[in-house]
Amino acid sequence: MTAAPPSGSAPPAGPPTPEAGEPLLRMRGIAKSFLGVRVLHGIDLELYPGQVHALVGENGAGKSTLMKVLAGVHRADAGTIDLAGERVSFEHPVQAQRAGVATVFQEFNLLPERTVAENVFLGREPRRRGLVDGRAMERATAELLAELDLEGIAPWAKVRSLSVAGQQVVEIVKALSHDARIISMDEPTAALADHEVEVLYRIIGRLRERGVAVLYVSHRMKEIFDLAASITVLKDGHLVETVPADDIGPAQLVRKMVGRPVSSVFPDRLEPHGDRVGEVRLSVRGGGNTQLDGIGFEVRGGEILGLGGLQGSGRTEVAHALFGIARFTRGEVAVDGERVDPRSPRRAVRAGLVLVTEDRKAQGLALNQSITANGRLVLDAVLPFGSGRRVRRLPGILSSLELVTRGGHDQEVQYLSGGNQQKVVLAKWLATEPGVIVLDEPTRGIDVGAKQAVYRLMRELAAAGAAIVLISSELPELIGMADRLVVLEDGRIAGELPGGSSEEAVMAMATGAPYEGPGMAPPTEDPRIAAVRPGSGADSGADQGSAAAGRGSAPAPDSGSAPGPVPGPGHDDGSGSPARHEEAAP
Amino acid sequence: MTRVITSTSRGLWSRLGTTGLVYLALVVLLAASAVYVATRGGNLFTTANTVDLFTRSSLLGFLAIGQTLVILCRSLDLSVGYVAALSTVVAATTMAGDPSRILLGVGAALGLAALIGLANGLVVTRLRVNPFITTLGMGLIIKGYLDTNFQGPAGAIPAAFQTFGYTRIGVLPVSTLVMLVLAAAAVVFLHRTRTGYHMYAVGGDAEVARLSGVRAGVPTVTAHVLCSVMAGVAGLLLAARFGTGSATVYGNGYELEAIAAVVLGGTYLLGGRGGVAGTIAGVFILATLDTVFNVLAVDPFVKDVMRGVIVIAAVAVYARGQHSRAAVRVRFPSGGAPPPPVPDPRPQPEPEPLGGRR
Repeated sequence: MTAAPPSGSAPPAGPPTPEAGEPLLRMRGIAKSFLGVRVLHGIDLELYPGQVHALVGENGAGKSTLMKVLAGVHRADAGTIDLAGERVSFEHPVQAQRAGVATVFQEFNLLPERTVAENVFLGREPRRRGLVDGRAMERATAELLAELDLEGIAPWAKVRSLSVAGQQVVEIVKALSHDARIISMDEPTAALADHEVEVLYRIIGRLRERGVAVLYVSHRMKEIFDLAASITVLKDGHLVETVPADDIGPAQLVRKMVGRPVSSVFPDRLEPHGDRVGEVRLSVRGGGNTQLDGIGFEVRGGEILGLGGLQGSGRTEVAHALFGIARFTRGEVAVDGERVDPRSPRRAVRAGLVLVTEDRKAQGLALNQSITANGRLVLDAVLPFGSGRRVRRLPGILSSLELVTRGGHDQEVQYLSGGNQQKVVLAKWLATEPGVIVLDEPTRGIDVGAKQAVYRLMRELAAAGAAIVLISSELPELIGMADRLVVLEDGRIAGELPGGSSEEAVMAMATGAPYEGPGMAPPTEDPRIAAVRPGSGADSGADQGSAAAGRGSAPAPDSGSAPGPVPGPGHDDGSGSPARHEEAAP
Repeated sequence: MTRVITSTSRGLWSRLGTTGLVYLALVVLLAASAVYVATRGGNLFTTANTVDLFTRSSLLGFLAIGQTLVILCRSLDLSVGYVAALSTVVAATTMAGDPSRILLGVGAALGLAALIGLANGLVVTRLRVNPFITTLGMGLIIKGYLDTNFQGPAGAIPAAFQTFGYTRIGVLPVSTLVMLVLAAAAVVFLHRTRTGYHMYAVGGDAEVARLSGVRAGVPTVTAHVLCSVMAGVAGLLLAARFGTGSATVYGNGYELEAIAAVVLGGTYLLGGRGGVAGTIAGVFILATLDTVFNVLAVDPFVKDVMRGVIVIAAVAVYARGQHSRAAVRVRFPSGGAPPPPVPDPRPQPEPEPLGGRR
């Protein structure tokens, strides 16, 4: 993704300014709590007909909750919603739809086995003489599709046969068929390829012409500035500001999104004592599969590498590829200098690489089994012989993790708190004495005390010589714990940052916005040259990208920006070209 | 642009659809069987054999049509065999050999069946009991009642109603004709009524249906009622053939055979896909196999083995047509080779240096 410049050269977004006319929708003081945790604090939002309004904020800022309040999925605890001057209160999504408020969620609400027309008119199929009129349904759907210049989609095609973009179109058509006056879209481009995004742009243009107000949730600066007339920034459930898009640039916008006070203190680094400290324990070169491309980095013993990026940028996919769940189809992975090809978690564990998964309950634990049974699960499965010594160490590991339970180690893990469950997961993996530990959101949903325990454990493991890869959506945690950060964007590495970088710098890199903050040397060369250069080298080995990458241990720090319309001969997809790696590697 | 949206590669599979495929399989099976029987010196299509084939298909057909509706809603009915048995007894005892009480008997049998279906449906939707357990329990309740009260044949079916079991027009038995008419009605019901549409919706994804304003309980309860009524009709047919109410017919494993026919017909056991047309083909495939095995005098155990193999193989074939439902975009589709750079047709601003370069 190339960065969007400040709005200057972007096509002008929607002539009417927010001051023109009455707002179609006015939300005032919307508040919402879940289980006593406030996720929205008095949010105000106004939407105007024919305008795109962008809603931005970090992961967990409250964007999705606000959208769901508008869609009638959640009810606000406080605040008012006025639709075209009338007070409304939606208790069910269907009510919102009937009132003309439609939502296109990231997870589609479609029936894959039914046709486009059947999906569009689900729940209100047109009837003639008591029987459903399938023809009329298809005709009406075809008309709606034609209005959007999308005659390519057949109303009688099964939704299953459509691409993700096509399914999204069906969702939008479904919204239009309700005569929607407001359509909100939750990261509509997250699942789209670049050429499909263009179709979406055109559809949004059509919607604007029809006078539909569009609420657009996105992380991508380019889209926001291409499309939106005004922007609302949320942070930690609070409204930061609503600004006209013309009055702000991407860099300032990012600055508004981040910069919360550091809420937790991270333990200091410990004196390294392991004998493998400093050795390269994990190296990835040119790794790619259907979701990733040009992934390359090294992690040394004693080091914590932070893997940053937005949700859906490919962080979890990297973890899964390393652990052999959805493996790399190109490139190579080496653990402790030995090339391994993790085809399955079993192999990964044998090679000394473990993954603490994001979803503790579904992927990390057998919930209705005891702590002991969960702890020895991997040992018994992967290392059935000679696991006795390690099994005997389990109680020690558990107590060193400060796992305190009333019921002893025979308790079923489903009755433990989130923090204690996570400790069981960690113990399970530590029992295999891994050299490389990948932690995907290790502190999600656990209390502060348990978080501290996990942080301390990470420091201790690092000091003992383990290589740690940390994935986290909490920027302070990522920055505070990691020695080095690799930031992903859209399946490629966007760049690398030192530990302790500002949140702003990480967000800027993850969203593709320019960043000219402190601690950031201005680029010394024309970016096009920088983009071309690494790829033009004969072998794109480790340090080729030095012009672009500060600490050139990664072979492809620049590939994220390369596949754009870069002119000139010799351009071959930047340094991230895996083919080159495979040629150069043996 | 249109290329972007619609997928292109379509094989024989998608052109025919699963239903077409099942009918193709039926035709191939009939042809192959006819040839095979001919090489053994026989003739598959004698009047006797054809009548046998149709007769076998009618009973299974009634049960399978109802079962299809239930399975489409992502439910299941294991009580149909017991409902059919109960229906024979109720019809025979109500009619008690009196031709003037035929309508009353039919009404009583089907009404009771409908009530049982209603109970099944309400327990499944309201109490959220797994349909497997609900209908198994309902079946056991009926079995207990039948075992306690009806040791031998009960009641009598008047000769006028026995014609339902034996009359035929040419080679086509009336019962098969009735079955086909009901099948056609079920097809219309599924494809032309809102409740039919919503059965697919609820079975496909109950949450999507709910969020689209479908009252999720209605299609499921309707399906259970219709399924039980169809089981009642099957019971009437049995009673007409036997001339009396026989409580022990539940021991014939009708419910599992009906489910096998439904699945063989291409209906997805987890709901939302399939239809009655395919089910009818599935019924005829099973009936054809039975007839052929009969003609060839195959050992009944071998027969069961063959049927088991065919049902499993059919479902394995359908499973290949499954798609992942996750809306995951393939970012880099090439797998082995690097993806070609996609020229971006949008007006492209000059590339700016990415933040974070040092």
